[in-house]
Amino acid sequence: MLNTELIINAVYVLSAALFILGLKLLSHPSTARRGNKLSATGMLVAICVTLIDQNILAYEWIIVAIVAGSAVGAFIAKKVQLTEMPEMVSLLNGVGGLASLLVALAMLETDTAIDSYLVIIVLLAIGIGGITFSGSVIAWAKLSGKVAKLISSGSTVFSGQAFVNAFIVIAIFVLGALVVIYPQTANSTVYVYSFVALCIVLGVMLVIPIGGADMPVVISLLNSYSGLAACAAGMALNNNLLIVAGALVGASGIILTSVMCKAMNRSLINVLFSGFQTVKATEIKIEGEVKPLAADDAYYVLEAAQSVVVIPGYGMAVAQAQHAMKELQVLLEENGAEVVYGIHPVAGRMPGHMNVLLAEADVPYELLLEMDEVNARMANFDVAIVIGANDVVNPAAREIKGSPIYGMPIINADLAKNVFILKRGMASGFAGIENPLFFKDNARMIFGDAKDTINAIIRQFAG
Amino acid sequence: MSFIYLLMILMLAIFLGFELIRKVPATLHTPLMSGANAVSGITLIGAIAYSGNENLLLAQILGSVSVFLATINVVGGYMVTDRMLAMFKSK
Repeated sequence: MLNTELIINAVYVLSAALFILGLKLLSHPSTARRGNKLSATGMLVAICVTLIDQNILAYEWIIVAIVAGSAVGAFIAKKVQLTEMPEMVSLLNGVGGLASLLVALAMLETDTAIDSYLVIIVLLAIGIGGITFSGSVIAWAKLSGKVAKLISSGSTVFSGQAFVNAFIVIAIFVLGALVVIYPQTANSTVYVYSFVALCIVLGVMLVIPIGGADMPVVISLLNSYSGLAACAAGMALNNNLLIVAGALVGASGIILTSVMCKAMNRSLINVLFSGFQTVKATEIKIEGEVKPLAADDAYYVLEAAQSVVVIPGYGMAVAQAQHAMKELQVLLEENGAEVVYGIHPVAGRMPGHMNVLLAEADVPYELLLEMDEVNARMANFDVAIVIGANDVVNPAAREIKGSPIYGMPIINADLAKNVFILKRGMASGFAGIENPLFFKDNARMIFGDAKDTINAIIRQFAG
Repeated sequence: MSFIYLLMILMLAIFLGFELIRKVPATLHTPLMSGANAVSGITLIGAIAYSGNENLLLAQILGSVSVFLATINVVGGYMVTDRMLAMFKSK
């Protein structure tokens, strides 16, 4: 009896080491894949050794659940488009949260006499798990736009929402206290399941007021929660490996959340609750004229350019323009120009989204530069090509004090010698703010589908 | 005492996590998140014991659904992360 427990825990130490090494190797693109494999190996040995646990009386259900889960997981992983990674990560956050919630519930149902401090931890796991689950489902719905009629991708606010939320939070604490104080009464099951239901409702209430532009923050935060839920479950189950792995995931999500918030120059509190504030209509009119340019004319400028920086945004993913852009990059390089990509931390809908899409198009990772790197060299670039990005290159962040995005770090595309903006029309970005970049003397708008525009330039190079 | 001991592990793991993840470049943030999804599937090893316990049907059902969901995270997370990381190529 003691021996199996010892073996299991010894292997858990090995697994924890593999998780940590895996994360360490993620510090560089050249070693990252090996790191992921190490981490997966750690998971595999942990699962295998857990199967020798003496408490397991029958294996049928375990095997069925693992086989079914593997099939679903493998199917999703193979089918998902990389443009849809934010949706997938969001769903997996939710699935992870629900798994932790259920295991905590199973523990409450099984162990009849547990200490009250353990009950508190179990409730914590249920609470975080429930909020992660429903919050992630709403985030997914907002990102995919599939349930657009039910859940708007923008922020949903109704009068008295703050009051309702406060009521839910109080009810959750009261129910939690009742479960802790009267764990063995007939009513406790009612309390527990009401607690679960309210936590799920709270997750929904917390995410519906958050607008689509803030989804990178929300996904990162829910990513962190899914780890913390596992962590709480680990505390309750007295399982070291659950605690270590959960804490690593929790830390990762928190760091990404803070990176995203900094990149938007906003506090987490502001992101989570700004939906409740009434938006001040900023009446800043921008003087000037928008100068359109034909794709054919853009060719002549690009043909003469020595250095080009490409600044992608979510619009590039929507237009699926990354492959055409890679083609153009090769032509420009053959023509003697240097081409780099400048990537803003909140470009796209999740951290690192643009980098994955460009990697898919075979752009070498050395060319994917961070905001500070390209900004330092911006004045030396002959051409900055902005593809489907808007708010992240909006100089209002530097110039217009009253602007809602004033102070946000941006890629200073306007400081390049020429700026080409590939855009469908004059619509403003996620943040709904006018962009003075479009009116600058060195800026030219190339209207139309980004992919078609780039292909038109490519044809000029070929011809 | 065991609770304090677990708290100690938690504290160390959080600090270690911060140090390690700070060094992950922005380029790899999407694979980092999907990889984190996979690791959070670790709940699986907590759920297995309940899924294999025939004495209490409700707990067995809860445990088995949890095993199913956590496996989706583990398999889906690692596979999609690998798929993405394979695309990151040098010059």
